[in-house]
Amino acid sequence: MEKRVTFKGWLLPMLLLLPQVFITAAFFFYPAGQAIYQSLFIPDPFGLSMQYVGLGNFEYLAKDPYYRASFVTTAVFSGLVTLVSMGMALYLAVLADRLIKGSGTYRTLLIWPYAVAPAVAGVLWMFMFNTRVGVISWYLGLLGYDWNHVLNETEAMGLVVVASSWGRVSYNFLFFLAGLQAIPRSVIEAAAIDGARFWTRFRTIVFPLLSPTTFFLLVVNIVYAFFETFGVIHTITSGGPQQATTILVYKVYKDGFVGQDLGSSAAQSVVLLLVVGLLTVIQFKYIERRVHY
Amino acid sequence: MATLTLNQIRKTFGKTEVIHGVDIDVKDGEFIVIVGPSGCGKSTLLRMVAGLETVTSGEILIDGRRVNEEEPMDRDIAMVFQNYALYPHMTVFDNMAYGLKIAKTPKSEIEDRVATAAKMLQLDPYLARKPRELSGGQRQRVAMGRAIVRKPSLFLFDEPLSNLDAKLRVQMRLEIKDLQKQLGITSLYVTHDQVEAMTLADRMIVMNGGVADQIGAPLEVYENPATEFVAGFIGSPATNFLPASLFSPRDARIKTIGIRPEHATLTAAGSGRLAAKILFTEALGAETLLHLRLETGESFTIRQDGTAPVPAEGTACGIDWPDSRELDFDEAGKRL
Repeated sequence: MEKRVTFKGWLLPMLLLLPQVFITAAFFFYPAGQAIYQSLFIPDPFGLSMQYVGLGNFEYLAKDPYYRASFVTTAVFSGLVTLVSMGMALYLAVLADRLIKGSGTYRTLLIWPYAVAPAVAGVLWMFMFNTRVGVISWYLGLLGYDWNHVLNETEAMGLVVVASSWGRVSYNFLFFLAGLQAIPRSVIEAAAIDGARFWTRFRTIVFPLLSPTTFFLLVVNIVYAFFETFGVIHTITSGGPQQATTILVYKVYKDGFVGQDLGSSAAQSVVLLLVVGLLTVIQFKYIERRVHY
Repeated sequence: MATLTLNQIRKTFGKTEVIHGVDIDVKDGEFIVIVGPSGCGKSTLLRMVAGLETVTSGEILIDGRRVNEEEPMDRDIAMVFQNYALYPHMTVFDNMAYGLKIAKTPKSEIEDRVATAAKMLQLDPYLARKPRELSGGQRQRVAMGRAIVRKPSLFLFDEPLSNLDAKLRVQMRLEIKDLQKQLGITSLYVTHDQVEAMTLADRMIVMNGGVADQIGAPLEVYENPATEFVAGFIGSPATNFLPASLFSPRDARIKTIGIRPEHATLTAAGSGRLAAKILFTEALGAETLLHLRLETGESFTIRQDGTAPVPAEGTACGIDWPDSRELDFDEAGKRL
């Protein structure tokens, strides 16, 4: 039998729940409700009155080529961030798992980047790759490569992907390492005796047994790439050049707070909410089936 | 089919030496059981033979070929682990076929060999199942099956029965013995259970603190223990040990005397070699264990036939045994 704490009355449990309910309501339900409400209106430029337009904001978005381009950008960006950060983290975790000496030091150092806030990480990378004073762009210049992410769209995308993935590698690394260490040693040894060399073991035993971790990280990282990379993009490229790095969440900000088109911005956040919800449902429905728990 | 030779094997972890030079010669087709208490180095020794631990010094020869530096996969061995170590995401069939698939065995032959092994182990109805859908005994069989299908020249067993309940353990013990006889594959089996060792082994190795105290056929070890440790470890209930100072020993070097519980007999009070009192008795049906306390304070156990009369607890009595049954040990615990 599962052991459960039982309360006699309802007052204490309610009281204990209240803080969480309040936070969720104040910072999630209320803004989400506001966004849905506002997405149905167009305010005047001075914010004095609003005009009801029904689904007009959404219709307008559907026809907007910039908005559609932003969808593609977001797909490319979040796909790359997830791939780079998880791939790198898995590689490092496999290496750290094999370490015998000094593994504690390696692990600590590998976890540090996670403590750096995305905006700060963005500034760090921006300085390193700054076209005029950046260390790395200077070395690239010596090698004959003219780095300029302010003008070059591919380079801009590359830079925000790397900057967004960097801190994320630590987070993923932790989970992968824990996942690797949860695999019984004897199973790996049995495979070694069965004749499987390192790469075969990884492909046929380790990776399948890691799949719950991989699946979890896939969901979490895509959500991260959709929302939490705002700081990195804002500090490095501000969505440019030519909208090349304007992901959906950045466009919400740009159109709403810079462009002052609050109706469209609200409509975009509603769309974003639906997209992420949908992605998570799809992942749980289709990918989870292939996961061996 | 192979012979196995261990030549002065030593193992150190950091600065502590855990195995202090072990020599073993295993003949082709022989079933060798290594038995000892936990921490005696028996599992480490097995893992060195498997290639899962490096050998600090000494030589391991399989069929006369030095394998110290070889990878586990190149040693032509198969191992059954204590926790079975099945691949949890694969079916029983895939678990057994894994090694063969890696060796690029033709598909029809894989199916053949797995089917034969499954039949032998009565696993045919479960081939499509995952390990988590099997009982402990069935998992154990799958682990055995995985070892069998590869037709290795050497089987290694690392306490394979210790996760099973008592009844299943007895049954699997018989099956392992039967299987090994049928296949005739040289086997090295590690256990801490002396009954398993006695019943399975052609020859057994009793290990104690990183040293092989005695190597021999089970009954020979039982009858003629080489050290005090072996006498105490093999046999249940354990051998009674008495300080030689209680008697006038025939040899000054004798420090301890051992008498197996079944070799001592109860005599009337005032007769026999030692005076004692019955502390309590355990009637087990086929036999009865009498727990006694000597006048000098030592405890002593006698095992008598279940049909013999059981004396009342608290009765004064004597203990006697034939000279030939006395096991004499010197200060270092060596048999004299």
